[in-house]
Amino acid sequence: MARSVGQTQVKIASGSLTREKLLDKWAGWLFVLPALLFFSVFTVYPMVYGLFLSLFKINSFNIDDRTWVGLDNFTKVVGDADFHKALLNTAVFSFFVVTLQTILALLLAVAVNQKIRGRTFFRTAFFFPSISSSVVISIIFLWVFNQNGLLNYALSTVGVKGPTWVDDPHTALPAIMGLNIWTTSGTMMILFLAALGDIPAHLYEAAAVDGANPVQRFFRITLPLLTPTTFFVVTLGLIGTFQVFDQAFVISNGSGGPEKSTLTAVFYIYQQAFKETNRMGVASAGAVILLVIIMAVTLIQRLLFRTETEQ
Amino acid sequence: MAVSNKLSLGTNHPNTVSETSELTKNLVKGLAYFFLIAFALIEFLPFLWSISTSFKSESEINAGFVRGFNWIPQQSTLVNYTDIFTKVEFGRWFVNSLIVGVVTTLFTLAFSSTSGYAFARIPFPGRNFIFWCIVATMAVPAIIYLVPIYILLKNLNLLDSLPGLIIPFMVTNFGIFLMRQFFTSVPLELEEAARVDGAGRFRTFAQVVLPLARPALAALTIFTFMGRWNDFLMPLIIINSPENYTLPLGMSTFRGLYKTDWGLLMGGSMLVMIPIVIMFVLFQRFFIEGVSYTGLKG
Repeated sequence: MARSVGQTQVKIASGSLTREKLLDKWAGWLFVLPALLFFSVFTVYPMVYGLFLSLFKINSFNIDDRTWVGLDNFTKVVGDADFHKALLNTAVFSFFVVTLQTILALLLAVAVNQKIRGRTFFRTAFFFPSISSSVVISIIFLWVFNQNGLLNYALSTVGVKGPTWVDDPHTALPAIMGLNIWTTSGTMMILFLAALGDIPAHLYEAAAVDGANPVQRFFRITLPLLTPTTFFVVTLGLIGTFQVFDQAFVISNGSGGPEKSTLTAVFYIYQQAFKETNRMGVASAGAVILLVIIMAVTLIQRLLFRTETEQ
Repeated sequence: MAVSNKLSLGTNHPNTVSETSELTKNLVKGLAYFFLIAFALIEFLPFLWSISTSFKSESEINAGFVRGFNWIPQQSTLVNYTDIFTKVEFGRWFVNSLIVGVVTTLFTLAFSSTSGYAFARIPFPGRNFIFWCIVATMAVPAIIYLVPIYILLKNLNLLDSLPGLIIPFMVTNFGIFLMRQFFTSVPLELEEAARVDGAGRFRTFAQVVLPLARPALAALTIFTFMGRWNDFLMPLIIINSPENYTLPLGMSTFRGLYKTDWGLLMGGSMLVMIPIVIMFVLFQRFFIEGVSYTGLKG
């Protein structure tokens, strides 16, 4: 009440000020409304719609023609040998890439954090690949992995005859793992480096006085204090690697081969939705399953890390 | 030096202790250098090799390593860089990518800064609930949107068009989150001073708050532009006609067509990277700060 009286008085004083006051009252909503509108249409709605679609059979030639099939799509996905293969490939890929890139990133960060020259140079150099297009990186690596490419040339100088990498079902997936680790380790290193800067120097000084060697200091101080960052780096890695697609697509030229060795979970979902007929519902069910897996892995990982820090 | 060590360490054999610790220090440093230089080489060699290939003639590339390992082309040629514009519509793809990247980024900046500011600074009913709902969607993997976005764009008649690659990405949960976190950490004084002086929310925002947010806006610009410039999956499912291709989509089909023309493929790859390299050189500080910033907040 008092407020409205105040506003009437202001109105008498100046018309433009009133308009501003009135706008002010609704300012919060006015600021968020446009963003919220787009967010609802292009994020919230598709998310819910995606769950909904997984329960329907969708006609590829007329996507508005849908039949309710209940959980049938889920049964189809779970029983599909290609999906098993895709999940296995993804799990193997994710395990090796996340483990190796986390260790590599941590070691690089510790190395850069020694009072060395060219700190900025190294930081920049390692970060650079992660800003490049995944398609371009894949094409560059196709050339590196070529039978007569850089890698096999390097191997030949030490007398090893390199495989045909991306054309061999045994080495195609490891090749993609290699290029992925090569790309993302630098970004992860920057996260570790930021956290290393937050560890108080007096802890290391005290440990040095107590006669702890660098290895002991790493395992007793650095590693435990970095646990939250390690958790974050591993989570980011898991979420990223579980959705690997671009590299597998370009390396295999859209086939997922040789012998489905580079067929990943997202690749499978893409093929079901856009390369098979009437399987968009199956693709949606696959996406829901992948969503549940990613969330479960993140959750389990969080629980593991939590008990570890509590000890 | 030795004396001060003796005093501070207070051990019986101060000299041996300080000498061994000096030795380990150098050893650790040496190891660090070795490791960093080795990794930097591994990171750079594929790029250098690609640059070198892009300036080589087809015959030199096909000769392979018979004539040894040439980092410097025997006869440098620009033929790969000119051919790519005539053999495929590379120029068109470049312009498409630029349009998609720039327009999406401008909208993202506008939407994220206004809404992020309100979520941080303007109390209104339901504010926190809405904000945390937006944050919760960040946990949802992008793959869940693949089919629904395709159907939605089809119904909006936006398939196979550049607006189809722009409109769905104008507002992102990440952008709102980043700006909100930034505005929460900005000191209140300046903003309050402006309010006391009688400036309304909108004037305060435009004249006081937005200039303060430059580092966050720079980071958001980089992430958004880079994300759109490099995106592959969405163009792959949405775009059909070669004249609507973006660079990554164009390059991937190009790789299917010109499988063995490595000079051309490398030339194209280098051209795709140039705008990002320029951005990286200009805004390097914001790139790395941005990663650390979002990383620490997450």
